Amino acid sequence: MIYNIPFIAVVAMIFIGLYAVVFRRNLIKMVIGITIIECGVNLFLITLGYREGGVAPIYTSLPEGTQYPSEMVLPVPQALTLTSIVIGVAVLALMLSLVMHIYKQYGTLDVRKIRRLKE
Amino acid sequence: MNWLAEIIKHSPALIVAVPLLGAFLTPLVGMINEKVRNIFALVMISITGFFIALLASDVYANGPRIYVFGAQNLALPVVRILFEVDSLSIFMAIVTFILAFVALVYSWSFMKENDGLDKYYTLVLLLVTSTLGMELTGDIFNFFVFLEISCISSCALIAFWVHKGEALEAAFKYIVISSIGALFVLFAIGIFYAQYNALNIATLANVIQFTFLDKIALVLLVVVLGMKAGLVPMHMWLPDSYGQAPPSVTIVIIGATQASLYGVFRMCFTLYSGAFKNVVISESTIGLIIIMLAILTILIGVLMALIQTDFRRLIGFVAVAEIGYIFLTIGVGLVTLHDPNMITVGKTAMNGGIFHIINDCLDIGLLFLSAGAIYYATKETSLNEMGGLARNMKYTTIFFLIGLLAVSGIPPMNGFASKLLIYQSTYQLNPIISIVAILASIMLLAIFVKVFYSAFLGPKISKFENVKEVPKSMLIGMGVFACIIIFFGLFPNIVIHHLVEPAVNVLMNNAQYISAVLGGV
Repeated sequence: MIYNIPFIAVVAMIFIGLYAVVFRRNLIKMVIGITIIECGVNLFLITLGYREGGVAPIYTSLPEGTQYPSEMVLPVPQALTLTSIVIGVAVLALMLSLVMHIYKQYGTLDVRKIRRLKE
Repeated sequence: MNWLAEIIKHSPALIVAVPLLGAFLTPLVGMINEKVRNIFALVMISITGFFIALLASDVYANGPRIYVFGAQNLALPVVRILFEVDSLSIFMAIVTFILAFVALVYSWSFMKENDGLDKYYTLVLLLVTSTLGMELTGDIFNFFVFLEISCISSCALIAFWVHKGEALEAAFKYIVISSIGALFVLFAIGIFYAQYNALNIATLANVIQFTFLDKIALVLLVVVLGMKAGLVPMHMWLPDSYGQAPPSVTIVIIGATQASLYGVFRMCFTLYSGAFKNVVISESTIGLIIIMLAILTILIGVLMALIQTDFRRLIGFVAVAEIGYIFLTIGVGLVTLHDPNMITVGKTAMNGGIFHIINDCLDIGLLFLSAGAIYYATKETSLNEMGGLARNMKYTTIFFLIGLLAVSGIPPMNGFASKLLIYQSTYQLNPIISIVAILASIMLLAIFVKVFYSAFLGPKISKFENVKEVPKSMLIGMGVFACIIIFFGLFPNIVIHHLVEPAVNVLMNNAQYISAVLGGV
C-alpha cells in the first residue's frame, strides 16, 4: 500500500489539473492546471525510476562490493524527467506570453468573453 | 564513391541537424540583409532535401537504415537514442520537404511587408526540424520531444499576427490542447518503460504483451495523436488554427499534422501489431471504433464546411474531412490485419491511405495558398465580400480550380487515384462506408463550386478594380503544387509502385522493422 501512494498522487494531480483546465474560466488558472498535470506526469516518471536495493549510477561513489553494472540503476527516468521539465518551462513561458497578449487585445481573461472565433 | 556512402550513412542525423542549425543561424544571417536571409533559409531547406533524396534512394534499394547516437559498442539497447529510417519514414520526410520548400518560396513575397521575419524563418525551420524528427526517430521518448517542439513552434507561428485577437485565441486553444496531449503521450511512454524497461519502438514491439496497461497506453496514444491530426470529436482547434495562421505557414503546419498521423500508423501497425496477433477480437474492435470516428470526421468536416463564410476556415473544415479518409484506411487496415482472406482489401486500403497523405497535403496546401493569394491581393477573407476575381487574377483562378478538382476527387487529378483505392477497399468491407465516403466527396465538389462561383466568377465589384495578380514567388509556389498534382493524377501507378507500396509493406510486416534494430545493432 505504502508503495502505491505516489501513483495515487499522480492520478489525483492529473485529475485536479484536468478539472482546472476544463471547468475554470480564467486563462491563468487553466495554465496552472496544465502545470499541475505536468507535475503529475513527472512524478509518475520519477516513481518509476525507484528500484529497491538499487545503487545510484555514480562511478566515483560506488559502495564497496557493488556488482557493476547489474546493481546500478539505469538513470533513464531521471533523464526523461529533466527533459520534460525543460520542455514544460518553455511551454509555460509561451502560454503566459500568449495570455498577456490576449489580455492586451481583449481586456479580460474570462474564456466566456474571448469568443471572436465563431463555432 | 566512398564519401557518398559516408554521407548516406550520416544523413539521418544531418536531415534533422541541418534545418536546426539553419533555424538558429537565421537571425544572425538576417543582420546582413533580408534577401540574403531568405536565400539562406531556402538553401538550408534544399540541403535537407538533398540528404532526404540520397537517403531515400538508399532506403528504397537496401531496406531500413539505423543511425545510432553515441555508445556504439554498448550491449544495452535501452540507453541509446536511435533513428530508424524505413520506406514509410522517408516517404513522410519527402512530403514534409515538399511542403516546407514551397512554403519558403511562397513566403518570399507573401510575408514581405511583415516585421519580425527573422523569427518567422527561425520558427518555420524549427517546425520542419521537429516534423522530420518525429518521422525519422526510432525511439518513443524522442518522438515525444519532437512532438513538443512541433507544438511550441507551430503555436508561435499560429500567433504570428499578434495584433489579431483571433490569431491569439486560436494559438491558445492549440497550445492548451496539444500540450495536454503531449503530456498524455509522456504518460503512455512511462507506462511502457515501467513494464518493459525500454523506450525503443522496435524493442517494445518485440516484447509487447497487450496487458491492461498496454491497452490504456494504446488508447492514450491513438486519442492524442488523433487529436493532433484533427480526428472528430477533437477537431475544433484545427479549422481555427489553419484559418488564423498566415497561409504560408499553414502548409508547414499541415506537414506537422501529417506527422502525428504518421505516429498513429506507426503505433498501431508497428508497435502494437505483434500484440494484436494474439488477441483477435480487440484488434477489430479498435479498427471498428476508428472507422466510426473516421466516418464522423468526414461527415462533420463536410457539413461544417457547408455553412462557413470565411474562406480559410472553410478550407480548414475540408482539411478535417480529408483527414477522415486517411483514418478510414487505418481502421480498415486494422480490421483486416490478421485476417488472411481480407488481407488484400486491407492492403488496397492502406495503399489508398498512404497515397492520400501526400495528396491531401498537396490539395489542401494548394487551396490554402490560393486563399492566401486572394488575401494578399484583396485583404479580404469573407466569401460574401468577394466576387469577380477571375478577371484580375487569372493564374490564381486556374490554380484554385486545379485544387478544387483534386480535393473532390475528379479524374485527371491525384485525389481521384487515392480516393478510388479507398472506395474500392471499403466497399468490400462494408458498402455503406464507401457510400458515405463518395457522398462526402460529391458534397466537397458542391461546396467548392459554390466557393469558386462566389469568389472568382460573378459581376465586377468596383472595389476590386485595381486588384493585381500576386507576385511571382507566390505563383511559383502554387505552380509547383499544381504540377505535382497533375503529374500524380496522370501517372498514379508510378507513385504507388515506387513510393507507396514499399511504405505499406513496412507497415503490414513489422518483423522487418524489429529485426533491423535488434538484428543489426
